Amino acid sequence: MQRSVVITGLGPINAFGLGIDPLWNALLEGKSAIGPIQRFDPGGFECKVAAELSDDLYSVKKIVPRSHRKAIKVMCRDIELAVGAAKAAIDDAGIITRGIDSDAPPTIDPSRFGCQIGAGLISADVDELTEALFTSRNGSGEFDLNKWGTTGMKNLTPLWLLKYLPNMLACHVTIVHDCRGPSNTITCCEASCGLSLGESMRVIERGGADACLSGGTEYKLNPMAYYRQQCTKRLAKTSDGDDPARVVRPFDPEAGGTVLGEGGGLLVLEAEDTARSRGARIQAKISGFAATQSFCEDTVGIASTDDGESISDAIAAALTQSGLKVDDIDAIVPFGSGIPSVDNAEANAIRNIFDDRASSIPLITTIPNVGNCNAGNGAISFCVAVKCLTEQTLPARINTENADRLDANACAPREAKLHHILVTSTSQGGQNTAAILSRMDS
Amino acid sequence: MSDQKRIVITGMGWVTPLGHDLETVWSRLTNGESGIARIDRFQAESFPTNFAAQVRDYDYNQYVNEPSVHATAGDHTRFALGAARQAWDQSCLSAYGDLDRRRVGIYLGAGEGVLDIDRYSKTNLASWDETAGAVDAVKWIEAAHEYMDPWLEIEQEPNMPAAHIAREYGLRGPVYNCLTACAASTQAIGEATSMLKRGDADVMVSGGTHTMLHVLGVTGFSRLTALSTRNDDYKSAARPFDRTRDGFVMGEGSGIVILETLDHAQQRGAQPLAEIIGYGSSADAYRITDMHPEGEGPGGAIAQALDQAGIDPHALDDDGLPLIHYISAHGTGTKENDAIETRAVKKVFGENASRIPISSIKSMMGHLIAAAGAVEMITCVMAIRNQMIPPTLNLHHPDPDLDLDYVPNESRQIKVETCLSNSFGFGGQNDTVIVTRFQE
Repeated sequence: MQRSVVITGLGPINAFGLGIDPLWNALLEGKSAIGPIQRFDPGGFECKVAAELSDDLYSVKKIVPRSHRKAIKVMCRDIELAVGAAKAAIDDAGIITRGIDSDAPPTIDPSRFGCQIGAGLISADVDELTEALFTSRNGSGEFDLNKWGTTGMKNLTPLWLLKYLPNMLACHVTIVHDCRGPSNTITCCEASCGLSLGESMRVIERGGADACLSGGTEYKLNPMAYYRQQCTKRLAKTSDGDDPARVVRPFDPEAGGTVLGEGGGLLVLEAEDTARSRGARIQAKISGFAATQSFCEDTVGIASTDDGESISDAIAAALTQSGLKVDDIDAIVPFGSGIPSVDNAEANAIRNIFDDRASSIPLITTIPNVGNCNAGNGAISFCVAVKCLTEQTLPARINTENADRLDANACAPREAKLHHILVTSTSQGGQNTAAILSRMDS
Repeated sequence: MSDQKRIVITGMGWVTPLGHDLETVWSRLTNGESGIARIDRFQAESFPTNFAAQVRDYDYNQYVNEPSVHATAGDHTRFALGAARQAWDQSCLSAYGDLDRRRVGIYLGAGEGVLDIDRYSKTNLASWDETAGAVDAVKWIEAAHEYMDPWLEIEQEPNMPAAHIAREYGLRGPVYNCLTACAASTQAIGEATSMLKRGDADVMVSGGTHTMLHVLGVTGFSRLTALSTRNDDYKSAARPFDRTRDGFVMGEGSGIVILETLDHAQQRGAQPLAEIIGYGSSADAYRITDMHPEGEGPGGAIAQALDQAGIDPHALDDDGLPLIHYISAHGTGTKENDAIETRAVKKVFGENASRIPISSIKSMMGHLIAAAGAVEMITCVMAIRNQMIPPTLNLHHPDPDLDLDYVPNESRQIKVETCLSNSFGFGGQNDTVIVTRFQE
């Protein structure tokens, strides 16, 4: 028998703060954290709003154990977010690691604790790098490679490269919490968390670990990373008078693109057998997971061109694996980005799989509230899905008014009988994932 | 239950500093040739390290059906397309009329794209506010519109090589890209194997691709003092396991393999090239810049892979040989790696350690970073098929602390049935795979 894999800890991080409570409460109240970009002057960019996490709500200094404090100076923002998410997930799971209490015995054998983290391409801090480049100009003010090689590059801190390698998120997290099991870094844009969850599940099933931190975080709010996003034409175009909170409208005919957020999250996944024997609070079970690739005429996968067929395939495969029927699914957390071509592909897939029920199965959206957290986005989806299962409640939805034959319009929070929730993701690059999370008694 | 499925390799391809096809590269490796030369990709004379192993005379156009579809691809993607074509053709999958492309996935350990320093520095310097010590973001985006190329930027995400391969072959199965620095493509192959065993796909295109031979890549490793700085003697600078080793030499390229369940391969009448029988993965969880001095992480990965393969590291076969006949070392040529890898191998294999030949092809083609593991696993399969192991080049000064059989300077004709390949990433990820001759 394959081992069953359960979720025991939630560690979302986003513009509402760290941990599940600020996120869940904001979603119940239908709040949006999207506002004018503060980190840099966005005046020249097409989309001038985002969901930023302020220093008042999260400071990595406050949560890093003393032994790892020196390492903060080699953390880029993506790493800071992952380190916070790991702490929140581990606390929520009620487990002790070296990073929580270095004197107490760890709850989970470190060699049996894995870590699969989704990350994106990390753009070096523009100011840090330019300050160094500036020292290497020639007489005409242009960058001079000869000078750079001789003296200029010395203006970069020796560990500069290590700030920006995508696997450094997992590096810091595994050091803080002493996770010595399989550690991987999945870099598939918005599908990264979905794929990480699938991999953590596979690692635990095959006996490679008893527990895994799983999810991802990303930060794309510096000019370089943000420009790259603008190049994909997936961001909404905003003007000064727009209400930032109203910009993202998933599945609405008026949807005009997505808005970025910073964050993501990590979850603690465990084998059901070992979770039970430690008396863990089991929050949900993973009943099925599948991934597919869309056909993308544009090759780079800005938009899929297969009308959602590959998303349907992923959902169908996850259903088959779970042994559940289409009618067993009570709600869906789609990517729900507000990017028209992606919304259409997702809507087609939902209609294709759920047929007559497509218009009445509730969709749960988070991007209007916390923005699209890129490689971290799926973790927000998973945390919210689990919370819906444990609270038997659907959060409020905002902004969408005229969803076409889908239950996606703005509404108040409501109680609901929820046994199985489908969570999907679809990425720039064409990767799709579908996971089914189930309430424990289902 | 899931472990009963056997996973075989049915196609292999590589694009490396020693050439772009299986046989050429293999013959150059076994002849002990070096692909290391002065960097001419950009003006690097004044850099602390100004040599590397570059892919040369490579044109990806011959490897794709419609070059226009891949026109914006970066170098790493182009390398991967060439390696994938070789592997795909060798596997003869195109000739299989019943191939269900929904059951063909991809798992790469591919690196990020190459940042164009010319465009980037123009943009940044044009918008630099010296007093504020920051770029003026409004000027920055104006300059970006003038100097940058949107398509070049879109192609930077590490999942782009996989997206291009999916497009080229119409693949619709599960697609992953992982990026665990120098361990990435070994980890990709290991996890792809695990997906095939689980039944997530019938065929996986796996391996890796990377180039960090660009201004900021070389800068980054130079600042870390990870590179050999033997600018005056670059031809022999890559010296894994040598007492005088002073860092690694950068390489670039791609290695791609077609992995398949044995059932699927047999159903279509394919001849397996080798079988993957073991995979282990661990994290050091030790320090950001250093490996654990006792090599616990690497040792753990090696031990797990042996355990999965059902191989007793202390046993001897009827010929009196250990059951692993060759180890393809991570063998970067840094002081730290080579010492710790040696320690880990000794810890796991005990008295058998000194009986197993271990060599590093990084001495000849440099370090392909994320792609290194895939190229080294292909080397293991070539070793099995040719009963020959490649040497560690430039090993002339034995290190008293390193006392294994590193196959110095000359390739060796020996019995090779089962090989183990190690990859350890900056940041503490360790991965090992074991391949063996396919037998019914």
